[in-house]
Amino acid sequence: MAVKKPKIIVVGGGLGGLWATMRIAEAGNEVMLFSLFQVKRSHSACAQGGINACLDTKGQHDSVWQHIIDTIKGGAYLANQPPVKAMCEDAPGLIRTFDRMGVTWSRTPEGVMDLRLFGGVKNKRTCFAGATTGQQLLYSCDEQVRKHEENGLVKKYEFWEFLSIVKDGQGRCRGIVALNLRTMESEIFKADAVVIATGGLGLIYGKSTNSASSTGAAASRVYQQGAKFMNGEFIQFHPTGMPGDDKNRLMSEAARGEGGRIWVPRKQGDTTDPLKIPEDQRWYFLEEWYPAYGNTVPRDVASRAINKVCVEQGMGIGGKNLVYLDLTHLPEQFLRSRLAGILEIYEKFAGVDPCKVPMIIYPATHYSMGGIWVDWEKDETSGNLKQPSPRNHQTSIPGLFSCGECDGTYHGANRLGANSLLSASYSGRVVGESVAAYVKGLTESADEAPEEIYTQEKKRQESINRQILSNSNGENPYLLHKELGDMMREKVGIVRYNKELDEALEKIKELKDRSNKISLEDKLGWSNASLPYARQVQDMIVLAEVITKGARLRDECRGGQWKPEFEIPIPEGKFAGDPEFEEYRRKWMENNERWLKTTVAEHAPDGPKISYEKIDTSVLSPEQPRDYR
Amino acid sequence: MPEVIRFKVKRQQNPDSKPYWEEFQVPYRPQHNVISVLMALRENPVNIKGERVAPVVYEVGCMEEVCGACTMIINGKVRQACSALIDQLEQPLVLEPMTKFPVVRDLMVDRQKMFDDLRKVRAWIDIDGGYDIHVHAPRISPKDWVMNYDFSRCMTCGCCMEVCPQFHPKSQFVGPAPIGQAWLFSNHPTGKFYKEERLHALMGPGGITDCGNAQNCIEACPKDIKLTDAIAKIGRETTIQVFKDLFLK
Repeated sequence: MAVKKPKIIVVGGGLGGLWATMRIAEAGNEVMLFSLFQVKRSHSACAQGGINACLDTKGQHDSVWQHIIDTIKGGAYLANQPPVKAMCEDAPGLIRTFDRMGVTWSRTPEGVMDLRLFGGVKNKRTCFAGATTGQQLLYSCDEQVRKHEENGLVKKYEFWEFLSIVKDGQGRCRGIVALNLRTMESEIFKADAVVIATGGLGLIYGKSTNSASSTGAAASRVYQQGAKFMNGEFIQFHPTGMPGDDKNRLMSEAARGEGGRIWVPRKQGDTTDPLKIPEDQRWYFLEEWYPAYGNTVPRDVASRAINKVCVEQGMGIGGKNLVYLDLTHLPEQFLRSRLAGILEIYEKFAGVDPCKVPMIIYPATHYSMGGIWVDWEKDETSGNLKQPSPRNHQTSIPGLFSCGECDGTYHGANRLGANSLLSASYSGRVVGESVAAYVKGLTESADEAPEEIYTQEKKRQESINRQILSNSNGENPYLLHKELGDMMREKVGIVRYNKELDEALEKIKELKDRSNKISLEDKLGWSNASLPYARQVQDMIVLAEVITKGARLRDECRGGQWKPEFEIPIPEGKFAGDPEFEEYRRKWMENNERWLKTTVAEHAPDGPKISYEKIDTSVLSPEQPRDYR
Repeated sequence: MPEVIRFKVKRQQNPDSKPYWEEFQVPYRPQHNVISVLMALRENPVNIKGERVAPVVYEVGCMEEVCGACTMIINGKVRQACSALIDQLEQPLVLEPMTKFPVVRDLMVDRQKMFDDLRKVRAWIDIDGGYDIHVHAPRISPKDWVMNYDFSRCMTCGCCMEVCPQFHPKSQFVGPAPIGQAWLFSNHPTGKFYKEERLHALMGPGGITDCGNAQNCIEACPKDIKLTDAIAKIGRETTIQVFKDLFLK
């Protein structure tokens, strides 16, 4: 007999988690929604530029098919293609749904949704709400979930930290243990299905564009409990971050989509006021190197170009690792209406007005393309993603699901700008429907599971907490985190070398040992911020090893994973049809034979076990190398 | 250039304990803001007397003033700590928790009431479900968009509530932020189908008539949201609603 009133838990209240919660509740199920803080403060709020969907309202003959191609190629073919296809096909419907939810999309003079240009594409396909699109989308979901709270289907557990899942003898997920961040008590929550929607892991790199909560700790915890992790080495470095002491604040790709230009002075080491540098003394290197896409090349391409100009050629502003992002040639009123959110951020934190003075930026750790491995079901007759299916977005642990940035489905080796709000929303919706289908098929409820699986897991968690609280004169978790971040930025960054990756793996082993000796100045049993932080640091180190090991073993250049030692360069000035280019294509396809595979990491006591999985390329055969020249 | 950043914090171990002041200093670095100073303190949590103490507890999120988490009172003014740049502040900095919400610990307060009140004023659009119905919402004029977008950037940070003389632990007043949201959803072409319900929610005790028209809210809002406009509009509409309820029932 089916389970009458299934218990369902969603961990994380960003765009993915809230969409999942909505869809599960709409199917009539009750949801327990866990979050570290009020869900409205989730990191989705930081997404600025927009969300991609082919609406084709700009007279450019844009097509869903082109969105599919751009996403697959933008990701260097590393994503399984049927889910990507389904996402792009469903995107316009998702946008219409958001529209009905009251999102304040920017409007054309006739009152319909406006679109703008983003990176890695040639058509205007990005829907936006000023330069705070993520905030607006997040709030619209927050509001819908509030409605379900009001009608009794959703119960929020805000200021709770997910610590672990509870598994039964068959390895199925039957609940979670969570820490009340006020009382500091660990508690058991039984569940028939659990969704992990806990976002990205930028904090592993110390400074990033991410919020303070994007540690990847929850993903690391389920990984350590047996969930597979995929494509960890694929980290996106956003080309235009504002270098800062505490974080690198993001300056949206929309700045370039709306006409912003990247440049450095042609004279090496020049520190002249940028406004006094004449046009012919400025080097617009992206426009020179990539005339077809110019400033809106995909992010991995732009970040590497900036890295090349600054690190390899020493041509950064004043000899430093900095370049200009220039909006000053655009009308101020246009900028204020389209980019207000980021102009304010820059003005507030840098103290100068970007409408009048070029911004100073440098690439920053931004997004994890990889994440928790999740399954998907293919409809064998159509070749499409089958929907709904309980397999979609289910992790390798039965009953445990994942969506949003913390799963690794849609972006392959590099994510296109404005595809993250899309994948977060879309995967949240899909996982919501998968969970609803999954619990329908259950015959035994979590209440019938043996009590000791819960009490044992709770005891295990309590003993970890006790250990940290009882240590003294040990490692400071904040300093340990800083050391981890500095090392990751230095050795596992935009450009990677095997020698440095080996050193990084050594360092991680050392940090792991030291993280067992963390001790805290704060021993209070009320709202203790140090204890959860200490645990996050321990778990970040574990995930750092997954990232680094994946990077060490993958000897090639693909999207976010770039090793110059293994680069197959595109012949300069040669294009498809030229013998030199065809020779390049042959080598590129040969490399695909070896490396066009999903990296899969499985936890083991002495470090991650890495294997590779075949990719479904049934939608677009990998024959066209990425070429943005 | 100063060598250190000095600051004092009004601390409190839990909701029931007595507050106390503690003074600290961290090495100066350019570009520091209040959050990065508190982060620096965690690395070496020693007070001015040289005693090792528990790091200051505070809320933090995006660190770019879009999430609203790190709101506190800095040198007497309520604002987000992440965008409070040290170079623009007088030292020693004086950091206090917001006063209108219960203190949880140190600079962390419990702002749940605002979120509860968003439920009360039906701050959402009623949709049939989160699936495609193959049509968009009705068009919205660029002028309406400007107004709506303004209000849709409300982070529920609580700055407007902190400065409102009518909002305090002993009053029932919902305060400016939820009123702003009630107006936002009633200005949406389909959201206005439930305008009456929102107005009714704001007509009883704790509703719109509790506003004392001090106009502090609009001054304090970090996003310059025109809260007083919403309050005035909702005020007018509730008056009309009173008559409608009297004569049209």
